[in-house]
Amino acid sequence: MITLNINGETHLLDVDPATPLLWVIRDYVGLTGTKFGCGIAQCGACTVHLNGAPVRSCVIPAQVAVDQEIKTIEGIGKNGGELHPVQQAWIDEQVPQCGYCQSGQIMSATALLENNPSPTDADIDQAMAGIVCRCGTYPRIRKGIKRAALTINALHEEAGTDG
Amino acid sequence: MGKWSRRAFISTGIAAGGVVVFGVAIRRGDREAKVREIVAADDESLFDIWLKIAPDNTITAIVPHAEMGQGVHTTLAMMLADELDADWSRVNVLEAPSDKEYANYALARGFAAGGVDFPAWLIDTVDGIFFRATQAMGLQITGGSTSVRTTGQIAMRVTGAAARTALLHAAADEWQVPVSELTTQDSTVLHAASERSATYASLAEAAARISLPSKPILKSSDEFNIMGTSPQRNDIPAKVDGSAMFGIDATLPGMKYAAIQAAPVFGGTVSKLDPASIQDMPGVRKVINLDDSVAVIADGYWQAKTALERLQVEYSDGGNSHWEQGDIFNQFATDLDRSAEAGDEETDVASGDTRAALRGAAQVLDAEYRVPYLAHSPMEPMNCTAWLHDGACELWTGTQNPLGFAKDVSEALDMDLDDVTVHNQYLGGGFGRRAFSDYTVQAARIASSVPYPVKLIWSREEDTQHDHYRQAGISRFRGGLDANGKPVAWHNHYVNKHDPEEAPHIPYAIGNQRIVYTESKTHVPWGFWRSVDHSLHAFFTESFIDELAIAAGRDPYEFRRELLQDEPRYLAVLDLAAEKAGWGEPLAEHQGRGISIHRSFGTIVAEVVDVDVVDGELSVPRVVCAVDAGYTIHPDGMAAQMESGIAYGMTAALYGEISIRRGAVAQSNFHDYPMLRMDKAPAVETHVINSGEPLGGAGEPGTPPIAPALTNAIFNATGIRIRELPVRQHDLKRTDFRDTDVA
Repeated sequence: MITLNINGETHLLDVDPATPLLWVIRDYVGLTGTKFGCGIAQCGACTVHLNGAPVRSCVIPAQVAVDQEIKTIEGIGKNGGELHPVQQAWIDEQVPQCGYCQSGQIMSATALLENNPSPTDADIDQAMAGIVCRCGTYPRIRKGIKRAALTINALHEEAGTDG
Repeated sequence: MGKWSRRAFISTGIAAGGVVVFGVAIRRGDREAKVREIVAADDESLFDIWLKIAPDNTITAIVPHAEMGQGVHTTLAMMLADELDADWSRVNVLEAPSDKEYANYALARGFAAGGVDFPAWLIDTVDGIFFRATQAMGLQITGGSTSVRTTGQIAMRVTGAAARTALLHAAADEWQVPVSELTTQDSTVLHAASERSATYASLAEAAARISLPSKPILKSSDEFNIMGTSPQRNDIPAKVDGSAMFGIDATLPGMKYAAIQAAPVFGGTVSKLDPASIQDMPGVRKVINLDDSVAVIADGYWQAKTALERLQVEYSDGGNSHWEQGDIFNQFATDLDRSAEAGDEETDVASGDTRAALRGAAQVLDAEYRVPYLAHSPMEPMNCTAWLHDGACELWTGTQNPLGFAKDVSEALDMDLDDVTVHNQYLGGGFGRRAFSDYTVQAARIASSVPYPVKLIWSREEDTQHDHYRQAGISRFRGGLDANGKPVAWHNHYVNKHDPEEAPHIPYAIGNQRIVYTESKTHVPWGFWRSVDHSLHAFFTESFIDELAIAAGRDPYEFRRELLQDEPRYLAVLDLAAEKAGWGEPLAEHQGRGISIHRSFGTIVAEVVDVDVVDGELSVPRVVCAVDAGYTIHPDGMAAQMESGIAYGMTAALYGEISIRRGAVAQSNFHDYPMLRMDKAPAVETHVINSGEPLGGAGEPGTPPIAPALTNAIFNATGIRIRELPVRQHDLKRTDFRDTDVA
């Protein structure tokens, strides 16, 4: 039995603690938005946040994530179902094609913008090169990140003015 | 009519042992009664198999194609809705259930007739014939870039227009006014003179009793309201919040998981198996011997995969373990030599007298090109969830061919086709791979031995090593230039032909052409790979035409231009790409620019690639693409497909190489079969031409031109001519002979 905190909820799970976090999230918790792509941390489809940092859940044993804050694609929107600015930018720029890698792309992009609200092209290359997209949506991902950055910065400015 | 042959079907790989029926009676509408039960609720009216009108005036377009990221559900719905004058904000899309009544005759016809568009008066006849033929073959395929140009152009638009006509007649009957006084707008029929209006829903029942016009008048492009615009795709919202259900996400009560390993060498079988070796491992339920592979069922996927890795199993090699990649290329070369000497090549094109033209040429150029095997590697590994219960088999998977899969499973399990149901999910990439049913048949066979549902998931290693591969190949050229540098002879001899037939053809005005091929079989399974034979022949032909231009001392763009004077469509596309790319503007020392043009699936695409080569390090900052698909229904979707086709083709050109070692695939995962990533991806500009010619496809035509445009650009930058893909095996440091080669 292990206890995991995923998207703010506590899950008591009867699973071998050595099982990779990916399969615990998908098969035992039932959150299928996080995807399996390669199993060796080469494609990034399985990216989730561990204490806010993007990690490859396919190679992290679940026991490592005990007592940590885990966030998946299902948990990044605001309360009440409002989309995260990155998700909205993904719709505005019509980023996804097949869509399979996009959870990993969005989790990486949100982590990037959390630390660096105005990323350069080089910053984007560095943060996003770990996530493979076979449909070639890279140019739109780049545009989506820049659009989301504008939204986030505008929100911050608004909040700053109010304060 | 010459191409409507049995061979045309079989040569596409579609038939799968099915019977082709031609010349059967032409019948319309007789499938409606059966289909109604499946898709129409009691208070809904069904017009045809592609259109449903609900009481709340919502229109549902039922499309017989899988959504794999190409936006086809949205585009097909647009075509129907525009002809129907429907309220776009209230149009839904439903993928047709995998019922054999939905046989995808549009695709079969597109393939079988080689992309020929039929005159309007023939459409009914053609549809009737092809519906029967494909129903017999069990088809409902998404592939061949055909969804929009066949299903869309014929079925969706004709259905929308016919339904609109029936609704007009229903209103005219009710109001006792002439049809000519009625107009339609936003799913409503209007009579301006009496200020009356009626929703389509209120007229639907009466309209459904009116026999549909067999030759409804379609809108001309200047009457389009929805086609030619870029509404947001309806599948995207679910793809940004994790809620989109792919095959791998299927979840059923009591479901168990299976991992699988096939004999590493193609043709091998399980020779020794000890299930006891893992029987005590946690969660393990069953070991299943499928002859050419073994599967382990466990409570969780990780348990199944871990147990499979420890399972004691040995495989035979099917007599194939002596094969090395070098031997395969040697066999190709030897077969080409032998066939050329014997003169027993198969002929694609023979015009003029190539031999004499070469004898009389002022300059003769020889070149040989090679391409490796390629895997598809969609991001979602192969998977299928199967459940056998109550005499039925239900399957949840992502497939480009649900009916074909159901048929293959019914044959494997010796069941009635009617008892097999495929619930098609979103495809995490298709690219041709998900037209092959192997993973679904495996899942069904595994599940047939247990009372619960089983989700089979392939590892990435399995996906890489048990694909159906784009063929490796060799293509040899001999070209002749006259004293003025004009090409007078084109001789091309290549190994192994699949589809489409015209892939090696060239558009250039070269009087004497001989294009021939020789078959040279290997034990490596072949499969449709995005753009199929075009993916290699565009690299071959557009490289060699570039080499001829350089040999003639000419600019590669101007050289092509002159040879395309009688091909105004090609010329317009070529000129647009060159203009937008700034062809002819001077480049820095380390930069290069390359161009190519190729027609596939009815669409002409030209691409101009810019490269930087610094100390042998290649980067590709920009690709400019011009595309003429006749008419572009969804411009942003077309741009997305060009971006996608370019990334897919560029991945292959730069890195893609599957090689055979001791009879098996040497590569296994993304570390040794690398992919294009964000930091290497070029900016892509797409420019669309609406020539008004018959519609072409979008999903594939962006792929073929990218490899030659890229290697032509590398030549321009470095003087290094890459005749063997992938690029990454070449040393690009040697820049010293640029001037001598070009001059």
